[in-house]
Amino acid sequence: MIPSSVYRTSRWLAAPLLGAALATPALAQEDPIKVGILHSLSGTMAISETVLKDTVEMLIEQQNAEGGLLGRELEAVVVDPASDWPLFAEKARELLAQEEVDVIFGNWTSVSRKSVLPVVEELNGLLFYPVQYEGEESSENVFYTGAAPNQQAIPAVDYLMNNVGVERWVLAGTDYVYPRTTNKILEAYLKSFGVADEDIMVNYTPFGHSDWQNIVSEVKAFGSEGKKTAVVSTINGDANVPFYRELGNQGIDAADIPVVAFSVGEQELTGIDTAPLVGHLAAWNYFMSVDTDANYDFIDAWIDYTGDEMAVTNDPMEAHYIGFNMWIEAVRKAGTTEVDAVKDAIIGVSVPNLTGGYAAMMPNHHITKPVLIGEIQDNGQFSIVWETPSTVAGDAWSDYLPGSRDLISDWRKPMACGNYNVVTGSCGGGETQEETTAEE
Amino acid sequence: MTISPCLRRMLVLFLLAWLPLAASAQDDDGQQLLQSLDAASFTQMGEAIEAIITSGDERSRGWLEALLDGKLQRHKETGRFVVVLENRGRDWPVADALTGEAIGEMSRRDLDRLGINNALRGQLQSALAVLDLHVPETRDRREAARALLGDVDASLVEPLEAVIRVEEDAEVRRLLEQGLAIHRLEQGSLEAVASLQGSLNNRVRAALNSAARSDDPALAEAASVALADIEQQMKLNRGLETLYFGLSLGSVLVLAAIGLAITFGVMGVINMAHGELIMLGAYTTWAMQQLLPGQPGLAMVLSIPAGFLVAALAGIAIERGVIQFLKGRPLETLLATFGVSLILQQLVRTVISPLNRTVVTPEWMSGSIMINEGLSLTLNRLYVLGFALVVFAGLMLVMRRTRLGLEVRAVTQNRAMARSMGIRATRVDIMTFALGSGVAGLAGVALSQLTNVGPNLGQNYIIDSFMVVVFGGVGNLWGTLVAGLSLGVINQVLEPWAGAVLAKILVLVFIILFIQKRPRGLFPQKGRAAEG
Repeated sequence: MIPSSVYRTSRWLAAPLLGAALATPALAQEDPIKVGILHSLSGTMAISETVLKDTVEMLIEQQNAEGGLLGRELEAVVVDPASDWPLFAEKARELLAQEEVDVIFGNWTSVSRKSVLPVVEELNGLLFYPVQYEGEESSENVFYTGAAPNQQAIPAVDYLMNNVGVERWVLAGTDYVYPRTTNKILEAYLKSFGVADEDIMVNYTPFGHSDWQNIVSEVKAFGSEGKKTAVVSTINGDANVPFYRELGNQGIDAADIPVVAFSVGEQELTGIDTAPLVGHLAAWNYFMSVDTDANYDFIDAWIDYTGDEMAVTNDPMEAHYIGFNMWIEAVRKAGTTEVDAVKDAIIGVSVPNLTGGYAAMMPNHHITKPVLIGEIQDNGQFSIVWETPSTVAGDAWSDYLPGSRDLISDWRKPMACGNYNVVTGSCGGGETQEETTAEE
Repeated sequence: MTISPCLRRMLVLFLLAWLPLAASAQDDDGQQLLQSLDAASFTQMGEAIEAIITSGDERSRGWLEALLDGKLQRHKETGRFVVVLENRGRDWPVADALTGEAIGEMSRRDLDRLGINNALRGQLQSALAVLDLHVPETRDRREAARALLGDVDASLVEPLEAVIRVEEDAEVRRLLEQGLAIHRLEQGSLEAVASLQGSLNNRVRAALNSAARSDDPALAEAASVALADIEQQMKLNRGLETLYFGLSLGSVLVLAAIGLAITFGVMGVINMAHGELIMLGAYTTWAMQQLLPGQPGLAMVLSIPAGFLVAALAGIAIERGVIQFLKGRPLETLLATFGVSLILQQLVRTVISPLNRTVVTPEWMSGSIMINEGLSLTLNRLYVLGFALVVFAGLMLVMRRTRLGLEVRAVTQNRAMARSMGIRATRVDIMTFALGSGVAGLAGVALSQLTNVGPNLGQNYIIDSFMVVVFGGVGNLWGTLVAGLSLGVINQVLEPWAGAVLAKILVLVFIILFIQKRPRGLFPQKGRAAEG
């Protein structure tokens, strides 16, 4: 068994290498531009991150077919950090120091981003991070193309409060930094609208939790108090599958207690029989079911690239699509791939997104996005029931947390500061900033 | 003569129910009705749905169902309304919404879905439930009546009262009366409280809870009293429910650990690839379902022997390929089998996919059975609980009543002596390991119904399995059963007040303390075998 699998792997590895070797002389007289891809191809996060690696590879292929960039060809450098957070830092160092890539597209979990952050800052790299996250961060070297809390969580809660009339809230999440920070922000936000303590129930579960009986039953009891109840779920990864299955089995209907999820997309739904989930909600900035030609073109290209007629697209893929195009645009504007020049050039760059609008890079390294609320359908897709009238600009520092309320981020010169405190008038956040970091 | 709108609606509903196939082609009207559904706001769409319900068009039921499923769509260019028959892939087969004729495939690019939201879904569901009150099957009528609880509004009162007068089934009548009582309670009627007394239904409790907060002191008082009474009954229910949750979690632990109890407990092999054998069983279930599309139930049943075989063969390969060379070297065995587990994981990842696979739950395993209105047991877990007990009993039988069991016990107690008595110890090793691995495969088949089928499935259970075996007493199958079930119950009792993370930690701390006191577990082996 062992030798045959080794043989197979090596043959599979050889094919793309051979392809790349044959393609090279056709285009580039100069050295190719290296694009680093830092996504887990094995381990727990492989389920989500593998498709992102493929997405960037597809975008690179498309760009090369259009003649490359600055007359040079793009070349993907793929490494596998194997869902191992410290390994992310090591692999990032390998990409920047050894391979000398010009840009990195990568990471999924916040903990892996935090692990890569010091390396990217030390070696002055460029990182495009495509996943929704908890905010409270702004690095000179990182571009956040996923949603900040004010581009996902807050609008979703607004929707539930105003359009569904929810009065009682269950905040359920996986036990790590993203759900904890997001729920802290949401709690503060809900209380600012006068929601009482006893109307908020907070619950955390470990990664990969599979026994949801008790929690679902508690939610059911919590929801039978005569006030409209909703679950705001920051449950991450594949723990969602048994969670939704238990919801279905215990007969919790979306009409009674809707669940709005921030980490469940089309990709995650491919692992679930969605029939009992119809009507539960998700908040994202993109859905595969978005009815625009740009989106249909993207989907067709993706299906052709993967060769799988049933392949799905999701929000972080769109984020990479936007991030990649922004980087291309910025490099063209700067006329070089040199990091400092690209960093300055990219602010203000605006490229089409897949939902029929434009995404612009803000001075705080976050982008503008529309917020969509979708209901799960029986075919594993979302039907869009609500969207923000215009795009929302990402806010690095939440306005609802005491420590970060006074901070702003603006990487344009002369300010060039990721945590400028408007009260003390100094960069570095001052004492309040220390508090925020300490709490995490 | 004027007919009130309510009565008209009622008549229409009866007509719809009794004359489903009356042939009349009023295509203009139909087109008009559908056109009005394609409205700018959900409020207008709600009015359009109301218009369809009251139109008396015999096709309206089909339209409402298609609308509910998101399958009622409009062709962008021609404006033709179609019902999508199958919405997977890029081109969808469709039928004309007006004539019902299948008209080939259309690209999803060219179709516009008439989207609905949760509020409209509720409206559609109650409209369909009202229609369902007239179907011949009692079960469906009960279902429909239950769905109407809490959704009764003024316009439904008269039609429902009429239905109650002709309804034969007492349960349907009771549910409908409850539905009406909830409506009256919402209107502030004090008598309604009496008729809701003692009901454990969630929606009844929700209605009483809001009544208890109402401004009318008499009503609030009565509702609070009724609630207190209901809460009392719910307490017992909750206790039973927690016990069931605990036993169910315990049965999963037992299933995962029982194979290990054979290979580790009886043979003394530390097999870190045990989790991956479970995973292989789960993937066998998935593969079976791929081989028998559309028959998840049959596939499930066939997976039981298939899962056992696949895992047992893999077990034999591991035993022959790795473990036999490392006899009596536990540390090396641990490392080598850990390597095997990584290889198996990566193999599945490369050959099948790093993504989780969907295992469909057969119809007879999904949902729950209702003990009373406040307590229902989820069916899939009930099956797994039963399955765990059957597997345990089967294994006990093999170990106690068959020649293989006798030989296994002989070889583990004294290998040299057993060999000199003519037992082929190597063969027994292979058989024992295959048995333990096969049982792990069975666990995988069961787990495919509860958790994710993916390359990491096994990793999540390996620690728990060792924990159960050590806690129960190495080498004792009864110990594994008792340990698994009791750890499950302890965990679920702790969880509501400690949270899932802390509950798990507390259980681990408890086991550490317990092992300090009793290093050989709950049921230590006695006699000479224990010394070895």
